[in-house]
Amino acid sequence: MIRLPDPKPAVLARRDEIVAALRALVPGGPLGEGVIGEALRLKPYETDGLSAYRQPPLAVVLPETTEQVAAVLRYCHANGIRVVPRGAGTSLSGGALPLADAVVIGLMRMNRILEVDYENRLAVVEAGVTNLGITNHVAGDGFFYAPDPSSQLACMIGGNVNMNSGGAHCLKYGVTANNLLGLRLVTIEGEILEVGGQHLDAAGYDWLGLLTGSEGQLAIVTEVTVRILRAAEGQRAMLAAFKGTEIAGAAVDAIIASGIIPVALEFMDKPCIHACEAFAHAGYPLEAEAMLIIEVEGSTEEQDRLLGQLKEICGRFDPISLKVAQSAEESLAIWKGRKGAFGAVGRISPDYLCMDGTIPTGELPHVLKRIGEMSAAYGLQVANVFHAGDGNLHPLIMFDANDPASFHKAEAFGADILKLCVEVGGCLTGEHGVGVEKRDLMGVQFTPAELALQRAVKGAFDPGWLLNPAKVFPLEDNPALQHAA
Amino acid sequence: MSEASLAPRDEAALAAAIAAAHAAAEPLAIEGNGSKRDLLRPVQAARTLSTRGLSGITLYRPQELIVSALAGTPLAEIEAALAEKGQHLIAEPPTLSAFFGTDRAPTIGGLVATNLSGPRRIAGGAMRDHVMGIRAVTGTGAVFRSGGRVLKNVTGLDLCKLLTGAHGTLGVLTEVTLKVLPAPASSGSLAVQVADLATGVRALSAGLGSPFGVSGAALLPQAGPAGGLAGLPGPLALLRIEDFAESVAYRLGRLREDLAGFGTVALLAEEASLAAWRAVREAEPLGAAPGEAVWRVSVKPSAGPGVAAAAGLDKALLDWGGGLVWLAGPATPDQHARVVAAAAAAGGTFTLFRAPEPLRAAVAVLPEEPPALAAIGRRVKAVLDPKGILNPGRMRAGA
Repeated sequence: MIRLPDPKPAVLARRDEIVAALRALVPGGPLGEGVIGEALRLKPYETDGLSAYRQPPLAVVLPETTEQVAAVLRYCHANGIRVVPRGAGTSLSGGALPLADAVVIGLMRMNRILEVDYENRLAVVEAGVTNLGITNHVAGDGFFYAPDPSSQLACMIGGNVNMNSGGAHCLKYGVTANNLLGLRLVTIEGEILEVGGQHLDAAGYDWLGLLTGSEGQLAIVTEVTVRILRAAEGQRAMLAAFKGTEIAGAAVDAIIASGIIPVALEFMDKPCIHACEAFAHAGYPLEAEAMLIIEVEGSTEEQDRLLGQLKEICGRFDPISLKVAQSAEESLAIWKGRKGAFGAVGRISPDYLCMDGTIPTGELPHVLKRIGEMSAAYGLQVANVFHAGDGNLHPLIMFDANDPASFHKAEAFGADILKLCVEVGGCLTGEHGVGVEKRDLMGVQFTPAELALQRAVKGAFDPGWLLNPAKVFPLEDNPALQHAA
Repeated sequence: MSEASLAPRDEAALAAAIAAAHAAAEPLAIEGNGSKRDLLRPVQAARTLSTRGLSGITLYRPQELIVSALAGTPLAEIEAALAEKGQHLIAEPPTLSAFFGTDRAPTIGGLVATNLSGPRRIAGGAMRDHVMGIRAVTGTGAVFRSGGRVLKNVTGLDLCKLLTGAHGTLGVLTEVTLKVLPAPASSGSLAVQVADLATGVRALSAGLGSPFGVSGAALLPQAGPAGGLAGLPGPLALLRIEDFAESVAYRLGRLREDLAGFGTVALLAEEASLAAWRAVREAEPLGAAPGEAVWRVSVKPSAGPGVAAAAGLDKALLDWGGGLVWLAGPATPDQHARVVAAAAAAGGTFTLFRAPEPLRAAVAVLPEEPPALAAIGRRVKAVLDPKGILNPGRMRAGA
């Protein structure tokens, strides 16, 4: 189990007083009370998308303005109270897991779209607007917000910024960091700051870049200025199935070498194909060892030409099946299984851990072979989906949460996969973040001196280690947390 | 000069040199080949530490879209290696050799440290967007890594972003890993003769807001002879498409219809298009005279023409859809103050990019940060360079 820092007894002892003080700062309104302090109503906030870990917080605050966030942080800072920011609570790495002595600042009521500017291709939104909410708001005018994590229906842009979220279309459009212009944020001292703006590339240090992906360690983001893009004329997908993972990997290499950069290049292994087909009946070839979903953009003629070239390239690798969508409906059918992959695995296993690591794409066959061996050794099934263009691997490890031994085995299996990712030249996380899930593996990727340096940079923003303090960095060797209790 | 210039042959020697300077509290001017020595403020240091001794591509995996090189590797060497495999650097970084009047070859470390991006920034991202991993040395002489050699990575704080564009003040880069992409098979441009700058930016916005994937959008107040645009009177809005040949032809055709309402549209075929964008990348159409100051102002695109007008300068070049405003004019504190005010009024940011030394030593070459952010900046600087020995004064006086 994951270790959390000892709660500060003085903070726990003052709970009622703290809740009352917070109520005065955030009284609430038509949307409901601004502060939650009763044990029963704190329950929904005790966990996030990594539901194996649970810890009710001291209190939850639901501010509606940046000024309220600033007032809460000023109070918490003055009183040495830890703070955990939370958006939709969809983190798969436990990024929003509370602490017993922490105030959770939930940003879901800050869900206004403040400005849309098509001429300058940007939108200013509050942190609690959902990822898909942005695209839905501008789609009628032909625009979209590019990063599209699987949780895009629920996850909020503030969380996307903090996790530098990706999605299936990063190969062409980049991750969150590449699609931001500015942030409004609040420091732990309660200072409201703007970094970036409505322009590109602010002069001076790149605070926008450092804050993106910082997992709530540096500040609380309350507003985000995103780039919005005009959608291409159209897009269409094809499916290519192969007899081996090495063969599919070679096909991916050949596609990249051809100069074609598809907007999406998704890889599924055999267990994943089977799970998805049973769930979605998308017509996936069950005899295949590996399958690619490739999507291209442009006019109908451009799509035809690119898909024709891709078909020819895949044809060189003795495919079991090649299916080029002839319409938007057929494209959706090809995507149906992949988009339902997590639900599909959830149907064949009571519980699963969705892992997230990145590897050099050329290592895929080797890594899949090793994962297969580990699966046999641990006696746990695993299905793999892979953003083949950018090397981001998502093994879904199936286990039974009612059996603690099964869960611990799944955790150990996951850790072994992530260590393997680092061993082959990759990293611990591509788009889910470190959170608590991978916190204790950070020493696999970084030296103690490198971790100390990163912690010191966090300390430059948050000298008292009050912001999301149990995440990202191992608790050991951390003077700030050793003395905190 | 040789005694005052250190050029260690490997990372360990470079780290040792910095550790010794740290122990002696001796400031160092940090550079690659010194091609951008005249950028920003003059550095107050008796000795120079160069990364030019660390040179060479250390890893190139075309199929993985990744290249790693030691910081002192010349840009030209990397571009040649990529071109051999039909790939390129996405941000289209300028060399600025003529601009700074130098024949020193820019290094990849220098480009990352200065976060210099060219016209493709508007569509493909900045230099910093493609820095996937770094090795660097702190101001105490400690070697550290951040990022990696994969295209997606959110493991820990992104110190790659922090050092990119920090002009060597937070650490000395020793190796960088960049994302690369296949170079487009073909390209072409449209040149729209517009009535004024505001109309020009609207034409660029129409192009960038089209579904045709415009990868360059610049506005030349006077076309002049640069870049093979002779014969086309300005102001001129330039829009580029890069893709497979059939797509370039198709998209230019569709775009041409969309832009007809903004002015007379001329087609630039591949050679002319390449020459025009090379000129824009190197800021040639700006026509800055040797003694003049040059500013780079970044604002939202629709504010670009207003900035040029408020600055009161005839010499201007707008890139990035109108949002990057290059301005040239008298190197005086008064003119500088006017540009600073124009950038601030438009909600943007500025850099005094090039100026005779007296001016750039006397004024703030970058915008001041609000006090709370400046305080964080000082604490971050203290973490990475506690004695302030790396490029002191480069970005701000006394820092």
